[in-house]
Amino acid sequence: MPAGKGRITATFARLKAEGRTGLITFVTAGYPERTATPEIVRALVDGGADIVELGVPFSDPLAEGPVIQLSSHAALEQGVTPKLCLDIVREIRHNNVATPLVLMGYYNPLLAYGVTRFTRDAAEAGIDGLIVVDLPPEEAGETRAACAAAGLDFIPLVAPTSSDERLKLAGQSGSGFVYCVSVRGVTGVREQLPADLEAFVRRVCRHAGLPTAVGFGISRREHVEAVGRYSDAAVIGSAIVRILADAPPAERYARVRAYVEQVTGRESAHVQG
Amino acid sequence: MTTILPDERGYFGDYGGRYVPETLMSALEELTAAYEEVRLDPTFGAELERLNRDYVGRPTPITYAANLSERSGRARIYLKREDLAHTGAHKINNALGQGLLAKRLGKRRIIAETGAGQHGVATASVCAMLGLECVVYMGTEDIRRQSLNVYRMRLLGAEVRPVDSGSRTLKDAINEAIRDWVTNVESSHYLLGSAVGPHPYPRIVRDFQSVIGREARAQMLERDGRLPDVVVACVGGGSNAIGMFSAFLDDAAVRLVGVEAAGKGDGHGAASLLSGTPGVLHGAKSYLLQDAFGQVEETESISAGLDYPGVGPEHSYLKDSGRAEYVAVTDAEALAGFRLLCETEGIVPALESAHAVAYAARMAGEMEEGKTLLVNLSGRGDKDMNTVIAALGLADSAKAVDDRH
Repeated sequence: MPAGKGRITATFARLKAEGRTGLITFVTAGYPERTATPEIVRALVDGGADIVELGVPFSDPLAEGPVIQLSSHAALEQGVTPKLCLDIVREIRHNNVATPLVLMGYYNPLLAYGVTRFTRDAAEAGIDGLIVVDLPPEEAGETRAACAAAGLDFIPLVAPTSSDERLKLAGQSGSGFVYCVSVRGVTGVREQLPADLEAFVRRVCRHAGLPTAVGFGISRREHVEAVGRYSDAAVIGSAIVRILADAPPAERYARVRAYVEQVTGRESAHVQG
Repeated sequence: MTTILPDERGYFGDYGGRYVPETLMSALEELTAAYEEVRLDPTFGAELERLNRDYVGRPTPITYAANLSERSGRARIYLKREDLAHTGAHKINNALGQGLLAKRLGKRRIIAETGAGQHGVATASVCAMLGLECVVYMGTEDIRRQSLNVYRMRLLGAEVRPVDSGSRTLKDAINEAIRDWVTNVESSHYLLGSAVGPHPYPRIVRDFQSVIGREARAQMLERDGRLPDVVVACVGGGSNAIGMFSAFLDDAAVRLVGVEAAGKGDGHGAASLLSGTPGVLHGAKSYLLQDAFGQVEETESISAGLDYPGVGPEHSYLKDSGRAEYVAVTDAEALAGFRLLCETEGIVPALESAHAVAYAARMAGEMEEGKTLLVNLSGRGDKDMNTVIAALGLADSAKAVDDRH
């Protein structure tokens, strides 16, 4: 299936058919080294990730907690640009990875690249969707249109503070899935899921009319299981980036793959099987 | 008087808007609605006016700077004395207005960022008076160079949280303040100190600072019988300048000049309007110092309050429309302006304001006899003693004096 044109939607349809909770994983592109990402993505996919988000680093990532801030800063220090992110995507696709790939980042680097040109180049490189953290529906008109023209899903974010009207607006403004920010807060590993998460996600399901993925603060198998009771997918970012920060390069593939197998429940399947 | 209103999406022409994570959108909507309500509420207006008079000490005077004028050339220079406002700078005007607004919103916890520390001190003072909890984010580089203000904030009961990321200055303090706000959005009000950020902040801050321009315009008419030919103010985020300019926008004959910081003059300053290109930072589209890939550049200025890569969206609009002109002066020129005002008028300006003084003194030398310049003296310079002493090498000469005695 060509990039963008429904590959994400097809993934969610398959998850539904299989009765399984999807796992979306996030890593910062070009971190820990410029060349590291294709192997890391291979580990994520081999471990069972259904969709992979690649973070486009930005100098002022104001929705990120310390772990992703640090990774973003380190990637920039090594000269990672939006253009290099697209080169990384091409290499991943060249390695025959067919998993949906989503770019996640902030608006200004896109604006500097040129929104229309960026979405076209991203689609050509093999990207399926785009998430822009600081682009609420009110400001997203041009980017949404550019995504549609390029065949990319424009994936909206919603938060517990979003009113029902805003959930509706988000659903209408995007496609693919809706990214539910689980907490009032920034990205980062947390012990427990917020008490009001289920009610929030059920509200999103009622009003947004798109598959849901819950992110921010998710790091464990039990989090994924809990979220899976009301959401189509869960997103894990900081926990993986932390592994990347700690693991020696030679062990990176194995550790990332083992972690993803564990949170998706494949590891226990192996044991039983 | 017509003021420029942002459209309903918060744009001044092409600039402004709300480029923020979704989590903050409902708070911004709530703030917009609350501000619309209080703006037209005579009780709120009366309370603000009373506190401006009894707490802040408004109206601040204008001073005819006779010696400075004589030294500079032929034009006459007037100073709008925001340095005489309570806490020593114009920042109190906005802190007070937003503090009252936060109380209306039922928010008991205030988050603020600060660069030079003047907005932090103003916010800490207002919170102490109104009985609100106060957390101030400040870059560690700014904590180093503005230590006096850190002590003041702590004495006033505020918690000062050091920010050690990025350039460790105002930009990073704003990032961290926004992260706090995202986390505590329902209990906290973000008391943003400059005319930057997502809608409705640029408008709210402008409105609360417009008292500077309203007073100054009336004072000039009363004192001089006419409007000034030129109005000069320093621009970092641009709150004192927009507060001053807002009263003169309709007076087509009055030139409006914003003075940015050129730093060492080697191209790595903080002059967003002069050297930047349109981009998005901290929730608004405006001129921005950025590289070719849209990464925000680190800035450099001797003045912590001007050391910021962005600028308020209304200034970007005024620049493009040609209604205001923007220039820059270097650290060295600002220091000369600082010294000049000390020596000629017995007034110690903030390093931020010294940028405006320096440019006004230069302009005065080039203007015709009888023309007038009004400079917004946005703050006083006590906080800058360490920086100035180090930069001018005064520590050694003071030591020499001590050694003789």
